Amino acid sequence: MDAKADVPMLAFDNAARVYGKGDKAVRALGPVTLEVMPGELVAIMGPSGSGKSTLLSLAGALDVPTEGRVCIHGKDLSQQSMAELAELRRRVIGFVFQDLNLLPGLTAIENVALPLELDGMKLSRARAAAAEALNGVKLSSMADRFPDDLSGGEQQRVAIARAHVGPRQLMLADEPTGALDSVTGELVMRLLRQQCDRGRTVVLVTHDAAHAAWADRVLYLRDGLLVAPVEAALPSSLAETAGRA
Amino acid sequence: MSVRNSLLAILASDPAHGYGLKSSFEESTAGAWPLNVGQVYTTLGRLERDGLVQAEPSEEEGPRQTWRITDLGREVLEEWYASPVTSDPPARDELTLKVLLAAAGDDVDVSAIIHKERTATMERLQQLTRHKQKADPDKELPWLLLLDALILKASAEINWLDLCEERLEHRAQSKDGGADGR
Repeated sequence: MDAKADVPMLAFDNAARVYGKGDKAVRALGPVTLEVMPGELVAIMGPSGSGKSTLLSLAGALDVPTEGRVCIHGKDLSQQSMAELAELRRRVIGFVFQDLNLLPGLTAIENVALPLELDGMKLSRARAAAAEALNGVKLSSMADRFPDDLSGGEQQRVAIARAHVGPRQLMLADEPTGALDSVTGELVMRLLRQQCDRGRTVVLVTHDAAHAAWADRVLYLRDGLLVAPVEAALPSSLAETAGRA
Repeated sequence: MSVRNSLLAILASDPAHGYGLKSSFEESTAGAWPLNVGQVYTTLGRLERDGLVQAEPSEEEGPRQTWRITDLGREVLEEWYASPVTSDPPARDELTLKVLLAAAGDDVDVSAIIHKERTATMERLQQLTRHKQKADPDKELPWLLLLDALILKASAEINWLDLCEERLEHRAQSKDGGADGR
Protein backbone atom coordinates (compact mmCIF):
# COMPACT_ATOMS: atom_id res chain seq x y z
CA MET A 1 0.00 0.00 0.00
CA ASP A 2 1.41 3.40 -0.95
CA ALA A 3 1.08 5.81 1.91
CA LYS A 4 -0.44 8.95 0.40
CA ALA A 5 0.69 11.76 2.62
CA ASP A 6 -2.68 13.52 2.81
CA VAL A 7 -4.78 10.46 3.69
CA PRO A 8 -4.66 9.46 7.37
CA MET A 9 -2.96 6.09 7.87
CA LEU A 10 -5.41 5.45 10.69
CA ALA A 11 -8.70 7.21 11.37
CA PHE A 12 -11.30 6.70 14.10
CA ASP A 13 -14.58 8.44 13.34
CA ASN A 14 -16.75 8.40 16.46
CA ALA A 15 -15.71 4.79 16.91
CA ALA A 16 -16.87 2.97 20.01
CA ARG A 17 -16.72 -0.59 21.32
CA VAL A 18 -19.49 -1.72 23.64
CA TYR A 19 -19.53 -5.21 25.10
CA GLY A 20 -22.88 -6.79 26.05
CA LYS A 21 -26.35 -5.32 25.64
CA GLY A 22 -29.00 -3.42 27.57
CA ASP A 23 -28.36 -3.06 31.31
CA LYS A 24 -25.27 -5.20 31.07
CA ALA A 25 -23.62 -3.17 28.32
CA VAL A 26 -20.08 -2.08 29.13
CA ARG A 27 -18.56 0.70 27.07
CA ALA A 28 -14.87 -0.17 26.75
CA LEU A 29 -14.07 2.64 24.36
CA GLY A 30 -15.47 5.72 22.75
CA PRO A 31 -16.79 7.43 20.96
CA VAL A 32 -13.28 8.31 19.81
CA THR A 33 -12.34 10.52 16.86
CA LEU A 34 -8.71 10.47 15.90
CA GLU A 35 -6.51 10.80 12.82
CA VAL A 36 -2.94 9.55 12.57
CA MET A 37 -1.07 10.74 9.48
CA PRO A 38 1.61 8.75 7.61
CA GLY A 39 5.01 9.16 9.28
CA GLU A 40 3.48 10.11 12.61
CA LEU A 41 4.34 8.51 15.94
CA VAL A 42 1.39 8.79 18.30
CA ALA A 43 1.56 7.60 21.90
CA ILE A 44 -1.54 6.67 23.87
CA MET A 45 -1.37 6.85 27.65
CA GLY A 46 -3.96 6.26 30.34
CA PRO A 47 -4.63 4.17 33.43
CA SER A 48 -5.43 0.45 33.29
CA GLY A 49 -8.91 -0.14 31.97
CA SER A 50 -9.04 3.20 30.15
CA GLY A 51 -9.47 1.49 26.75
CA LYS A 52 -5.92 1.56 25.39
CA SER A 53 -5.85 -2.09 24.36
CA THR A 54 -9.35 -1.90 22.88
CA LEU A 55 -8.23 1.07 20.79
CA LEU A 56 -5.24 -0.88 19.54
CA SER A 57 -7.39 -3.95 18.73
CA LEU A 58 -9.72 -1.80 16.64
CA ALA A 59 -6.78 -0.09 14.92
CA GLY A 60 -5.31 -3.48 14.11
CA ALA A 61 -8.53 -4.88 12.62
CA LEU A 62 -8.53 -7.52 15.35
CA ASP A 63 -11.92 -6.26 16.54
CA VAL A 64 -14.71 -4.17 15.04
CA PRO A 65 -16.36 -1.05 16.47
CA THR A 66 -19.99 -1.34 17.58
CA GLU A 67 -20.50 2.33 16.64
CA GLY A 68 -18.76 4.65 14.21
CA ARG A 69 -15.99 3.76 11.81
CA VAL A 70 -12.33 2.82 11.81
CA CYS A 71 -10.42 3.39 8.55
CA ILE A 72 -6.95 2.30 7.58
CA HIS A 73 -5.55 4.54 4.87
CA GLY A 74 -9.05 5.45 3.78
CA LYS A 75 -10.49 1.92 3.85
CA ASP A 76 -13.46 1.53 6.16
CA LEU A 77 -12.77 -1.70 8.03
CA SER A 78 -16.48 -2.48 8.41
CA GLN A 79 -16.78 -2.62 4.60
CA GLN A 80 -14.01 -5.21 4.21
CA SER A 81 -14.55 -8.95 3.92
CA MET A 82 -12.83 -11.30 6.36
CA ALA A 83 -10.30 -12.14 3.66
CA GLU A 84 -9.61 -8.45 3.01
CA LEU A 85 -9.16 -7.81 6.74
CA ALA A 86 -6.74 -10.72 6.98
CA GLU A 87 -4.81 -9.29 4.05
CA LEU A 88 -4.64 -5.88 5.76
CA ARG A 89 -3.23 -7.54 8.87
CA ARG A 90 -0.62 -9.35 6.79
CA ARG A 91 0.41 -6.56 4.44
CA VAL A 92 -0.28 -3.24 6.10
CA ILE A 93 -0.30 -3.65 9.87
CA GLY A 94 2.51 -4.91 12.07
CA PHE A 95 2.18 -5.64 15.78
CA VAL A 96 4.75 -5.37 18.56
CA PHE A 97 3.74 -6.65 21.97
CA GLN A 98 5.34 -6.64 25.39
CA ASP A 99 5.55 -10.45 25.38
CA LEU A 100 7.46 -10.87 22.20
CA ASN A 101 5.62 -13.70 20.53
CA LEU A 102 8.67 -14.90 18.62
CA LEU A 103 8.53 -18.55 17.64
CA PRO A 104 11.24 -20.35 19.63
CA GLY A 105 11.89 -22.98 16.93
CA LEU A 106 12.73 -20.39 14.26
CA THR A 107 15.86 -18.25 14.00
CA ALA A 108 15.65 -14.45 14.10
CA ILE A 109 15.61 -14.16 10.31
CA GLU A 110 13.05 -16.96 9.95
CA ASN A 111 10.79 -15.23 12.49
CA VAL A 112 11.02 -11.97 10.55
CA ALA A 113 10.45 -13.65 7.17
CA LEU A 114 7.48 -15.68 8.39
CA PRO A 115 4.68 -13.13 7.75
CA LEU A 116 5.94 -12.69 4.18
CA GLU A 117 6.15 -16.43 3.58
CA LEU A 118 2.63 -16.87 4.98
CA ASP A 119 1.58 -14.19 2.53
CA GLY A 120 2.85 -16.38 -0.31
CA MET A 121 6.12 -14.61 -1.01
CA LYS A 122 8.94 -16.71 -2.45
CA LEU A 123 11.33 -17.92 0.22
CA SER A 124 14.38 -16.17 -1.26
CA ARG A 125 12.59 -12.84 -1.55
CA ALA A 126 11.12 -13.16 1.94
CA ARG A 127 14.56 -13.88 3.38
CA ALA A 128 16.09 -10.92 1.56
CA ALA A 129 13.38 -8.60 2.92
CA ALA A 130 13.86 -10.07 6.42
CA ALA A 131 17.62 -9.50 6.21
CA GLU A 132 17.02 -5.89 5.28
CA ALA A 133 14.58 -5.42 8.18
CA LEU A 134 17.08 -6.98 10.62
CA ASN A 135 19.75 -4.65 9.28
CA GLY A 136 17.39 -1.76 10.02
CA VAL A 137 17.34 -2.72 13.70
CA LYS A 138 21.12 -3.35 13.68
CA LEU A 139 20.80 -7.09 14.23
CA SER A 140 22.30 -8.49 11.02
CA SER A 141 24.95 -10.37 12.97
CA MET A 142 22.30 -12.20 15.02
CA ALA A 143 20.15 -13.31 12.06
CA ASP A 144 20.81 -17.02 12.56
CA ARG A 145 20.35 -17.10 16.33
CA PHE A 146 17.31 -18.59 18.01
CA PRO A 147 15.22 -16.34 20.31
CA ASP A 148 16.50 -18.10 23.42
CA ASP A 149 20.04 -17.06 22.51
CA LEU A 150 19.08 -13.39 22.32
CA SER A 151 18.65 -10.87 25.16
CA GLY A 152 15.22 -9.36 25.86
CA GLY A 153 16.20 -6.17 24.03
CA GLU A 154 17.48 -8.09 20.99
CA GLN A 155 14.28 -10.15 20.89
CA GLN A 156 12.22 -6.96 20.95
CA ARG A 157 14.28 -5.62 18.05
CA VAL A 158 13.54 -8.82 16.11
CA ALA A 159 9.85 -8.27 16.89
CA ILE A 160 10.10 -4.70 15.55
CA ALA A 161 11.81 -5.97 12.39
CA ARG A 162 9.01 -8.52 11.95
CA ALA A 163 6.37 -5.80 12.46
CA HIS A 164 7.67 -3.64 9.63
CA VAL A 165 9.10 -6.23 7.23
CA GLY A 166 8.01 -5.94 3.61
CA PRO A 167 5.46 -3.33 2.61
CA ARG A 168 3.85 -2.80 6.01
CA GLN A 169 3.28 0.83 6.90
CA LEU A 170 1.40 0.86 10.20
CA MET A 171 2.98 -0.46 13.38
CA LEU A 172 0.88 -0.95 16.50
CA ALA A 173 2.96 -1.34 19.61
CA ASP A 174 1.48 -2.39 22.96
CA GLU A 175 3.90 -1.62 25.82
CA PRO A 176 6.90 -2.68 23.69
CA THR A 177 9.34 -1.47 26.34
CA GLY A 178 7.43 -2.89 29.31
CA ALA A 179 9.80 -5.78 30.00
CA LEU A 180 13.05 -3.96 29.17
CA ASP A 181 15.58 -2.05 31.27
CA SER A 182 15.78 1.70 30.68
CA VAL A 183 18.76 1.71 28.31
CA THR A 184 17.28 -1.05 26.12
CA GLY A 185 13.85 0.55 26.31
CA GLU A 186 15.34 3.76 24.98
CA LEU A 187 17.00 1.86 22.12
CA VAL A 188 13.62 0.40 21.15
CA MET A 189 12.08 3.87 21.21
CA ARG A 190 14.89 5.21 19.02
CA LEU A 191 14.13 2.41 16.50
CA LEU A 192 10.40 3.16 16.48
CA ARG A 193 11.20 6.88 16.03
CA GLN A 194 13.49 6.03 13.09
CA GLN A 195 10.75 3.97 11.48
CA CYS A 196 8.47 7.04 11.57
CA ASP A 197 11.21 9.34 10.30
CA ARG A 198 11.42 6.96 7.30
CA GLY A 199 7.70 7.33 6.65
CA ARG A 200 6.10 4.48 8.59
CA THR A 201 3.35 5.20 11.09
CA VAL A 202 3.45 4.02 14.69
CA VAL A 203 0.74 3.98 17.34
CA LEU A 204 2.26 3.19 20.69
CA VAL A 205 0.49 2.31 23.91
CA THR A 206 2.65 2.90 26.96
CA HIS A 207 2.42 3.82 30.61
CA ASP A 208 5.96 5.22 30.55
CA ALA A 209 5.93 8.99 30.06
CA ALA A 210 9.63 9.10 29.14
CA HIS A 211 8.95 6.67 26.27
CA ALA A 212 5.73 8.39 25.22
CA ALA A 213 7.77 11.58 24.86
CA TRP A 214 9.45 10.15 21.74
CA ALA A 215 6.08 10.57 20.00
CA ASP A 216 4.95 13.52 17.89
CA ARG A 217 1.68 13.53 19.82
CA VAL A 218 0.72 12.09 23.18
CA LEU A 219 -2.95 11.35 23.79
CA TYR A 220 -4.60 10.44 27.08
CA LEU A 221 -7.44 7.97 27.40
CA ARG A 222 -9.63 8.08 30.46
CA ASP A 223 -12.73 5.92 30.93
CA GLY A 224 -12.67 5.08 27.24
CA LEU A 225 -12.53 8.67 26.03
CA LEU A 226 -9.70 10.81 24.76
CA VAL A 227 -9.03 13.62 27.19
CA ALA A 228 -9.45 16.93 25.38
CA PRO A 229 -6.10 18.53 24.71
CA VAL A 230 -5.35 21.76 26.54
CA GLU A 231 -3.07 24.57 25.49
CA ALA A 232 -0.06 24.44 27.75
CA ALA A 233 2.24 27.43 27.71
CA LEU A 234 5.69 25.96 27.25
CA PRO A 235 8.11 26.78 30.01
CA SER A 236 11.30 28.54 28.96
CA SER A 237 13.36 26.08 27.02
CA LEU A 238 16.38 24.40 28.46
CA ALA A 239 18.14 24.73 25.13
CA GLU A 240 17.90 28.50 25.35
CA THR A 241 19.36 28.45 28.84
CA ALA A 242 22.16 26.23 27.66
CA GLY A 243 22.68 28.27 24.48
CA ARG A 244 21.66 25.46 22.17
CA ALA A 245 18.49 26.83 20.64
CA MET B 1 23.64 24.19 43.78
CA SER B 2 26.89 24.49 45.69
CA VAL B 3 29.15 26.91 43.78
CA ARG B 4 31.75 26.46 46.50
CA ASN B 5 32.06 22.67 46.06
CA SER B 6 31.79 22.97 42.28
CA LEU B 7 34.81 25.29 42.13
CA LEU B 8 36.78 22.96 44.41
CA ALA B 9 35.87 20.01 42.15
CA ILE B 10 37.24 21.83 39.09
CA LEU B 11 40.38 23.06 40.83
CA ALA B 12 41.06 19.49 42.03
CA SER B 13 42.02 18.61 38.41
CA ASP B 14 44.08 21.70 37.53
CA PRO B 15 44.81 25.17 38.81
CA ALA B 16 42.81 27.82 36.95
CA HIS B 17 42.06 31.51 36.86
CA GLY B 18 38.61 32.93 37.53
CA TYR B 19 37.29 33.03 33.99
CA GLY B 20 38.71 29.56 33.28
CA LEU B 21 36.77 28.25 36.28
CA LYS B 22 33.55 29.71 34.95
CA SER B 23 34.13 28.13 31.53
CA SER B 24 35.11 24.71 32.93
CA PHE B 25 32.10 24.71 35.23
CA GLU B 26 29.70 25.49 32.39
CA GLU B 27 31.32 22.92 30.11
CA SER B 28 31.11 20.14 32.72
CA THR B 29 27.48 20.93 33.48
CA ALA B 30 26.37 21.46 29.86
CA GLY B 31 25.53 25.10 30.53
CA ALA B 32 22.55 24.20 32.70
CA TRP B 33 23.43 26.67 35.47
CA PRO B 34 25.17 29.72 34.04
CA LEU B 35 27.60 31.32 36.52
CA ASN B 36 28.58 34.96 36.45
CA VAL B 37 32.22 35.83 36.89
CA GLY B 38 31.46 38.06 39.89
CA GLN B 39 29.98 35.03 41.68
CA VAL B 40 33.16 33.08 40.92
CA TYR B 41 35.43 35.76 42.40
CA THR B 42 33.26 36.23 45.50
CA THR B 43 33.32 32.48 46.12
CA LEU B 44 37.07 32.26 45.51
CA GLY B 45 37.52 35.03 48.12
CA ARG B 46 35.58 32.99 50.69
CA LEU B 47 37.42 29.78 49.78
CA GLU B 48 40.74 31.60 50.24
CA ARG B 49 39.63 33.03 53.59
CA ASP B 50 38.76 29.46 54.75
CA GLY B 51 42.11 28.11 53.54
CA LEU B 52 40.56 25.84 50.86
CA VAL B 53 42.26 27.50 47.86
CA GLN B 54 45.30 29.71 47.45
CA ALA B 55 46.54 32.10 44.80
CA GLU B 56 49.65 30.92 43.02
CA PRO B 57 52.60 33.22 43.66
CA SER B 58 52.72 35.50 40.64
CA GLU B 59 53.36 39.07 39.63
CA GLU B 60 49.84 39.29 38.30
CA GLU B 61 46.89 40.06 40.48
CA GLY B 62 43.20 40.30 39.71
CA PRO B 63 41.58 38.43 36.85
CA ARG B 64 44.80 36.77 35.62
CA GLN B 65 45.58 35.31 39.01
CA THR B 66 45.75 31.52 39.06
CA TRP B 67 44.18 29.56 41.88
CA ARG B 68 44.99 26.11 43.21
CA ILE B 69 43.23 23.85 45.70
CA THR B 70 44.88 23.28 49.13
CA ASP B 71 45.08 19.97 51.04
CA LEU B 72 42.30 21.19 53.28
CA GLY B 73 40.31 22.05 50.14
CA ARG B 74 40.77 18.47 48.90
CA GLU B 75 39.52 17.13 52.24
CA VAL B 76 36.41 19.28 52.07
CA LEU B 77 35.79 18.15 48.48
CA GLU B 78 36.21 14.47 49.38
CA GLU B 79 33.79 14.96 52.25
CA TRP B 80 31.26 16.46 49.78
CA TYR B 81 31.60 13.53 47.35
CA ALA B 82 31.32 11.06 50.23
CA SER B 83 28.14 12.54 51.73
CA PRO B 84 24.88 11.65 49.98
CA VAL B 85 22.80 14.64 48.98
CA THR B 86 19.87 14.91 51.36
CA SER B 87 16.72 16.89 50.89
CA ASP B 88 15.19 16.84 54.32
CA PRO B 89 12.91 18.74 54.57
CA PRO B 90 12.07 18.25 50.88
CA ALA B 91 13.02 21.11 48.59
CA ARG B 92 9.99 23.31 48.00
CA ASP B 93 8.75 22.92 44.48
CA GLU B 94 5.91 24.89 43.08
CA LEU B 95 4.07 22.05 41.36
CA THR B 96 3.80 19.96 44.54
CA LEU B 97 2.77 23.02 46.48
CA LYS B 98 0.12 24.00 43.94
CA VAL B 99 -1.47 20.55 43.76
CA LEU B 100 -1.47 20.05 47.54
CA LEU B 101 -3.09 23.44 48.11
CA ALA B 102 -5.61 22.87 45.30
CA ALA B 103 -6.53 19.46 46.76
CA ALA B 104 -7.06 21.04 50.18
CA GLY B 105 -9.07 23.99 48.84
CA ASP B 106 -12.81 24.28 48.27
CA ASP B 107 -14.19 24.98 44.82
CA VAL B 108 -10.91 24.31 43.04
CA ASP B 109 -11.04 22.16 39.89
CA VAL B 110 -8.02 20.04 40.82
CA SER B 111 -8.33 17.65 37.91
CA ALA B 112 -8.25 20.55 35.43
CA ILE B 113 -5.10 21.82 37.14
CA ILE B 114 -3.53 18.36 37.04
CA HIS B 115 -4.41 17.90 33.38
CA LYS B 116 -2.93 21.25 32.41
CA GLU B 117 0.26 20.64 34.39
CA ARG B 118 0.62 17.16 32.93
CA THR B 119 0.23 18.49 29.39
CA ALA B 120 2.88 21.14 30.05
CA THR B 121 5.26 18.60 31.58
CA MET B 122 4.71 16.23 28.65
CA GLU B 123 5.51 19.01 26.19
CA ARG B 124 8.69 19.75 28.11
CA LEU B 125 9.49 16.04 28.13
CA GLN B 126 8.99 15.84 24.36
CA GLN B 127 11.25 18.84 23.87
CA LEU B 128 13.97 17.27 26.06
CA THR B 129 13.61 13.97 24.19
CA ARG B 130 14.10 15.73 20.86
CA HIS B 131 17.35 17.20 22.20
CA LYS B 132 18.37 13.75 23.39
CA GLN B 133 17.66 12.27 19.97
CA LYS B 134 20.16 14.72 18.47
CA ALA B 135 22.80 14.54 21.22
CA ASP B 136 26.09 12.80 20.41
CA PRO B 137 26.86 10.35 23.25
CA ASP B 138 30.61 10.49 22.52
CA LYS B 139 31.08 14.22 22.22
CA GLU B 140 28.34 15.60 24.44
CA LEU B 141 28.27 13.38 27.49
CA PRO B 142 27.57 16.09 30.15
CA TRP B 143 24.67 17.39 28.01
CA LEU B 144 23.27 13.86 27.60
CA LEU B 145 23.58 13.09 31.33
CA LEU B 146 21.84 16.37 32.13
CA LEU B 147 19.04 15.56 29.66
CA ASP B 148 18.63 12.08 31.21
CA ALA B 149 18.29 13.67 34.66
CA LEU B 150 15.71 16.20 33.46
CA ILE B 151 13.79 13.56 31.46
CA LEU B 152 13.54 11.19 34.41
CA LYS B 153 12.47 14.01 36.74
CA ALA B 154 9.80 15.17 34.29
CA SER B 155 8.64 11.61 33.83
CA ALA B 156 8.41 11.13 37.62
CA GLU B 157 6.39 14.35 37.78
CA ILE B 158 3.89 12.91 35.29
CA ASN B 159 3.65 9.65 37.26
CA TRP B 160 3.00 11.66 40.40
CA LEU B 161 0.27 13.72 38.69
CA ASP B 162 -1.38 10.48 37.48
CA LEU B 163 -1.31 9.15 41.02
CA CYS B 164 -2.78 12.40 42.40
CA GLU B 165 -5.59 12.18 39.88
CA GLU B 166 -6.39 8.60 40.87
CA ARG B 167 -6.32 9.34 44.60
CA LEU B 168 -8.53 12.39 44.19
CA GLU B 169 -10.99 10.42 42.11
CA HIS B 170 -11.02 7.74 44.79
CA ARG B 171 -11.69 10.43 47.41
CA ALA B 172 -14.54 11.85 45.32
CA GLN B 173 -16.09 8.39 44.94
CA SER B 174 -15.80 7.68 48.69
CA LYS B 175 -17.50 11.01 49.42
CA ASP B 176 -20.33 10.20 47.01
CA GLY B 177 -20.66 6.74 48.58
CA GLY B 178 -20.78 8.30 52.05
CA ALA B 179 -23.49 10.71 51.01
CA ASP B 180 -25.62 7.87 49.60
CA GLY B 181 -25.29 5.92 52.82
CA ARG B 182 -26.57 8.69 55.03
